[in-house]
Amino acid sequence: MAEELGAPPPRFAMRGIRKAFGATLALGGVDLAVRGGEVCALVGQNGAGKSTLMGILAGALAPDAGEMRLDGEPFRPRSPQEARRAGVAMIYQELSLAPHLTVAENIVLGTEPTRLGLLRGQEMRDRARRALEQLQHADMPLRAVAGTLSPAEQQLVEIARALAGSCRILVLDEPTSSLGRKDVERLFALVGRLKGQGQAIVYISHFLEEVKQVADRFVVLRDGKNAGGGETAPVSPREIVGMMVGRPVDNLFPRSPRPTGEVALALEGFGTNGATLTLRRGEVLGIAGLLGAGRTRLLRGIFGLAPVREGKVRLAAYVGRPSPGRSWREGVGFLSEDRKEEGLAAGMSVADNLTLSRLRGLGPGPFVRAGAQEKAARHWIGRLGILCQGPGQPVGELSGGNQQKVAFARLLHHDVDVLLLDEPTRGIDVASKAQIYALIDALVSGASGGPAKAVLLVSSYMPELLGLCDRIAVMHRGRLSAARPAGSLDEHQLILEASGAGAA
Amino acid sequence: MKPRDLVTRSGPFLGLVGVLALFGLLIGPGFFRPANLDLITRQTAIVGIAALGMTLVIAAAGIDLSVGSTIALATVVIALLLRSQTSPALAALAAVGVGAFCGLLTGVLVTQLKLVPFIVTLGMMLLVRGAAKGLAQEQRVEAPGTWLNDLLRTLPAGEGLLVPSGIWTFLALALLVAGVLGHTRFGRHLLAIGSNERTARLCGVPVEGCKIAVYTIASALAGVAGVMEFAKLSVGDPTVAIGLELDAIAAVIIGGGSLTGGKGTVFGTLVGAVLMTVIQIGCSQEGLPNWVQQIVTGGVIVAAVTLDRWRQGLPGG
Repeated sequence: MAEELGAPPPRFAMRGIRKAFGATLALGGVDLAVRGGEVCALVGQNGAGKSTLMGILAGALAPDAGEMRLDGEPFRPRSPQEARRAGVAMIYQELSLAPHLTVAENIVLGTEPTRLGLLRGQEMRDRARRALEQLQHADMPLRAVAGTLSPAEQQLVEIARALAGSCRILVLDEPTSSLGRKDVERLFALVGRLKGQGQAIVYISHFLEEVKQVADRFVVLRDGKNAGGGETAPVSPREIVGMMVGRPVDNLFPRSPRPTGEVALALEGFGTNGATLTLRRGEVLGIAGLLGAGRTRLLRGIFGLAPVREGKVRLAAYVGRPSPGRSWREGVGFLSEDRKEEGLAAGMSVADNLTLSRLRGLGPGPFVRAGAQEKAARHWIGRLGILCQGPGQPVGELSGGNQQKVAFARLLHHDVDVLLLDEPTRGIDVASKAQIYALIDALVSGASGGPAKAVLLVSSYMPELLGLCDRIAVMHRGRLSAARPAGSLDEHQLILEASGAGAA
Repeated sequence: MKPRDLVTRSGPFLGLVGVLALFGLLIGPGFFRPANLDLITRQTAIVGIAALGMTLVIAAAGIDLSVGSTIALATVVIALLLRSQTSPALAALAAVGVGAFCGLLTGVLVTQLKLVPFIVTLGMMLLVRGAAKGLAQEQRVEAPGTWLNDLLRTLPAGEGLLVPSGIWTFLALALLVAGVLGHTRFGRHLLAIGSNERTARLCGVPVEGCKIAVYTIASALAGVAGVMEFAKLSVGDPTVAIGLELDAIAAVIIGGGSLTGGKGTVFGTLVGAVLMTVIQIGCSQEGLPNWVQQIVTGGVIVAAVTLDRWRQGLPGG
């Protein structure tokens, strides 16, 4: 990344960027520079620091240390608005158009031309048309309502909005995850044209084949640090994965003998892509895949939180279409990946959250005895070492790790046989992670008392999958591969298959 | 109990004590004479019973704007039935049943059409009011006198009951609703839905069933409030209790409920309802005109919510 003497400065350069959240170091001195007319891919595993770095570029986060330059000038945006005015345009995975406004209104949103406070409709549409012409998509109807467009068209409108705001850096964050194959090709053509017009483009993607196709250069982040990079042409996806992984799997994962028992859960042609799998007591079955591959949807479908038309779920004594209430009754528990919005009711107490799925039995008839509820909660607070002031404390006041333990304890209180775990260690500290790993091992080995449980685990963190699971299946764009013994797989293989580059 | 909890729970109560002390100072000890206390309880009963149901609805993050109309419909139904020689008990029961039916309809619309409760009950407010006016042919419905009229009548001194039977009914219902909200699975489910509906769904709480049940119960309680209103008026009046739902909502909010759900206690609501009555009666006995009462009540509502926010340090209200 060294600048040659006499060469013009890159469009933008970030140097030695550091950012910590509390005790966690998210970025430990990261460099990134992109020239005009260049597409640079930013790759790395989840949690490697890509979003934090882009958040800093976009002005949403302030770096603790480090320097940013835009066309050689110092650049330190204090807010996203300021970054946008300076020409930093972010196109996120989730589309961010105002769905009720028209295409033209969306393109000029925030910079509407006015006279005496009144909108100038003609100039607004002219500007929108110029932006769309620049993308060679002048055919887009300016008066169409944005919400009625396809995801690909909406993305185009977003890019047009960025261009209308005279952008200097365009950041595309996982831009193809909601596009079909044809739209992906069209997007690549567009990226090529924008490059030809001298734009500096940062392209974030998990799909390494895409990276090779669209980007000139790539930069790898790992654990908040630069972990390599260079021209994309001469390297293979396998080499890039090597830079992304780099770290030995530490011994966080206890593994007791796990005698496998009867089938606890079976899927037959489940969902639109016909997922099929068998989960036995005494095993952890992992599902690897990228964000948006459909893993969460599958898990929610099994539990009954997402509607699934095709196929059946077979549990020990029950076959059919599940609903959450039914699943709990049949001994299936679900841990949501979204602790804040779904997993826990932040305003309710630890005890209420922990016992909500099974209040029956905590009092006679329809009653709930506060004493019995607290006793049950205290039991699990002690067993899992949940740090809180007591069962009555609102769960929202706990740390992330302790919140997650409460959410996990709900499954234990309910005494389910099948645990559906969606990203069980997302965003929690290492100590809590280790505890949850030990707990999962104890549950499937039967060491926690009672018959051995069965665990279906979705995780984006490959070491976790390899360390915990007995078998692993890979999901790519909605399709679930057959499960194979974890011992026959490694991180390289999983990432390759998850990004569609492996011989799955 | 931590100090903050103590303040949170007793906040509205302290407010009530403060307001009582204020009027005691302004008006003198006469303000606390038994006749006045009797007046306060009798005036609180109607909005209080309606507010019991509103507490449940708001705990589940819902709202019911049709309460006043339901009360009016109930008075009309009772008067019409009494006129056609129905027994008073049956007439009162029918009024409660009609209320429950309105709530069932609201609940079904909210859950099946996935409409916002504010809009559904705004519609129901007009719909039920219209139905009441239609049934009554847009006039008061005279009815023969029955024991229903004694429900809120001041008892002659020396009678064993201390307060009219309507007040006992009110207190019994309050205990019942407090028990349901605080000590049953259904109550926990309502609070969970109000706190985070997605969590409730995840935990297998029958969210739709709970919502239908809570609107039905709340409207049945509005029907009971209608019986009390009839007792007070002794006629069926389709234009009575306009805006009463807002008083009920105010009582819940003053008592610590949150329109975003997950909070609210029956005790708080009762305190809130009594607080508003005390302000009304105190102001009128102090000779203050109606507009002053309204300004004071408005101020109390805003102050209660502001205090609540400040205590919690959380967005709410």
